[in-house]
Amino acid sequence: MAPPNARGPRRTGRTGHTGHADYTGRTGLTRRTGLTHRTGLTHRTGLTHRTGRARHTRSAAGFLLPFGALFLLTFVAPIAYALYESLLKPTRSGPLGLGGTGTAFAGLDNYAHALDDGLFLTGFGRVLLFAVVQIPLMLLLATALALLLDSASARWVGFFRTAYFLPYGVPGVIASILWGFLYVPGISPLVELARGVGADVDFLSQSTVLWSIANIVTWQFTGYNMLVLIAQLKSVPGELYEAARIDGASAWQTARHIKLALIRPALVLTTVFSIIGTIQLFAEPMVLKPLAPAIDSGYTPNLHAYHQAFKSNNQHAAAAEAVLIALVACVLSFGFLRLVGSQRERDR
Amino acid sequence: MTPPRPPTRAGATPLRLRVLVLSLLTVAALYFLLPVYWLAVSATKSSGDLFGTFGLWFADPRPLERLGDLLRFDNHVFLRWSLNSLLYAGGGALAATLLSAAAGYALAKFPFPGRETVFNVVLAGVLLPHTVLALPLYLLFSEIGLVNTYWAVLLPSVVSPFGVYLCRIYATAAVPDSLLEAARIDGAGEARIFRTLGLRMMAPALVTVFLFQFVHIWNSFFLPLVMLSDSDLYPIQLGLTTWQGYADRQPELYQYTVGGAFLSVLPLMLLIGALQRYWRAGLTEGSVKN
Repeated sequence: MAPPNARGPRRTGRTGHTGHADYTGRTGLTRRTGLTHRTGLTHRTGLTHRTGRARHTRSAAGFLLPFGALFLLTFVAPIAYALYESLLKPTRSGPLGLGGTGTAFAGLDNYAHALDDGLFLTGFGRVLLFAVVQIPLMLLLATALALLLDSASARWVGFFRTAYFLPYGVPGVIASILWGFLYVPGISPLVELARGVGADVDFLSQSTVLWSIANIVTWQFTGYNMLVLIAQLKSVPGELYEAARIDGASAWQTARHIKLALIRPALVLTTVFSIIGTIQLFAEPMVLKPLAPAIDSGYTPNLHAYHQAFKSNNQHAAAAEAVLIALVACVLSFGFLRLVGSQRERDR
Repeated sequence: MTPPRPPTRAGATPLRLRVLVLSLLTVAALYFLLPVYWLAVSATKSSGDLFGTFGLWFADPRPLERLGDLLRFDNHVFLRWSLNSLLYAGGGALAATLLSAAAGYALAKFPFPGRETVFNVVLAGVLLPHTVLALPLYLLFSEIGLVNTYWAVLLPSVVSPFGVYLCRIYATAAVPDSLLEAARIDGAGEARIFRTLGLRMMAPALVTVFLFQFVHIWNSFFLPLVMLSDSDLYPIQLGLTTWQGYADRQPELYQYTVGGAFLSVLPLMLLIGALQRYWRAGLTEGSVKN
């Protein structure tokens, strides 16, 4: 039975039979496949579950190794290194600090400094305000568009869906450059049109520039989020809508009571990803900075950390700030999931 | 009274409602398409016309001449940036897809102790803000001398926790254990089973992973910004921001920035329009099944 395959003799001896013994023993697959003669193998080779599992583990390790090694290098190691760096501070030795530099253990000093830095904290406050306003607006728009496209009254669905999704293909930097041109007086047709009707708009002032950035993010990601919601709507069996129709529900009632409830998981997911995206806000303010004096070096937490690392050359402070940003993102997204989870418990 | 997906949509709903829906959809389409239209129109203009003429209409359009100027400027640097972007996004996404496929396949098809722990760590990676990683990564890479090389951008780009997540879910559903069993009986080694059966059956998910990762790398800005100082290694995005930064001193750069932005957006838009099926497939996997 199962003669060594001429094309793969080496591996056959190593994994072929034993892997099988393990599967038949544990998952009862033979019954499903109908290949009952294979169970005989277990008796003949006399292999136990233990060795089968060990070979499974070995095969799995082989497949996981390339990803795992790079995951360790590019995810785990930087976090560990950031934590380590954030606990150090630069020292100078010799008279007047000219004897060279070194590092010394600083405890939580870097964190204390970051949390004491008004600019850094203001940046946090700014992205939180941004999140509270922009995320609900964007998801509201995405939901409305998804429901409209899913409604029976919609025409040219394919065209509209593509049109809305298209900006997702515009990189954040390009989108910012693009909208930057649309915001700057002199080049912007929007400002020109507004002047034409007597309105003097300034998209880049102290009070408006945050919302101009919010517009760029909304423009870019509404279509993407809409597509997630549409995907969820399409996964709903048609009979459900049919039943609602027979029960005499109007299109509005179907949307309000059935569809909204069904896309809830997708809304939770898109909210979490939007929160994570907002905390990292960087490219947009970075690109608009030369155009808008209101954007300072601490406009968002990420911008502040970047300046610490590359303009102030204080990598220890930058590491501490990076850790804090990740921590806030973590707390906010898990906090939101907890909130949603407990609400669902109460609903039951 | 609206049936969900009726064969004949017209007539089922009152005209008034249909007109209302259509106008709402059109207003939204204008919002999303107008900036793209502006970009397309402006890409045909000179710097002077960018400031001097109305933004939403053509003025002396000479697209080929502008294109030639853009490509020739500064020793064809825009071409070089484009090739870099293609290398980072294409090479990175290809490697990421293969790595994700192997890892997802292992997590789906081999019960081993600690499997769920490994999976949860990968999931945590999905939720971690990427730009937050870039700064520590820069500190780490400068210790080992990788900063300012192609590898500095490529290595982090080939790791896609989301890809592993998607591949695992897909492999669990689409690759039957019985088939793997049969292959094992026939004496095929695990690596060959993965190559000939696993990869083929996971193909639709792999296209989705490739697309997502390609766009992710193509769009990434923070990572190349912190890693690269040699402008010969820049991807398009980074190159264009340097042009934009100098434009007030060197006005023709306005024209090149706009033209370059338009050119860089074009391939991705085509990719997005043409391959929507795969986007939706990936989004369904990502949102519904967890």
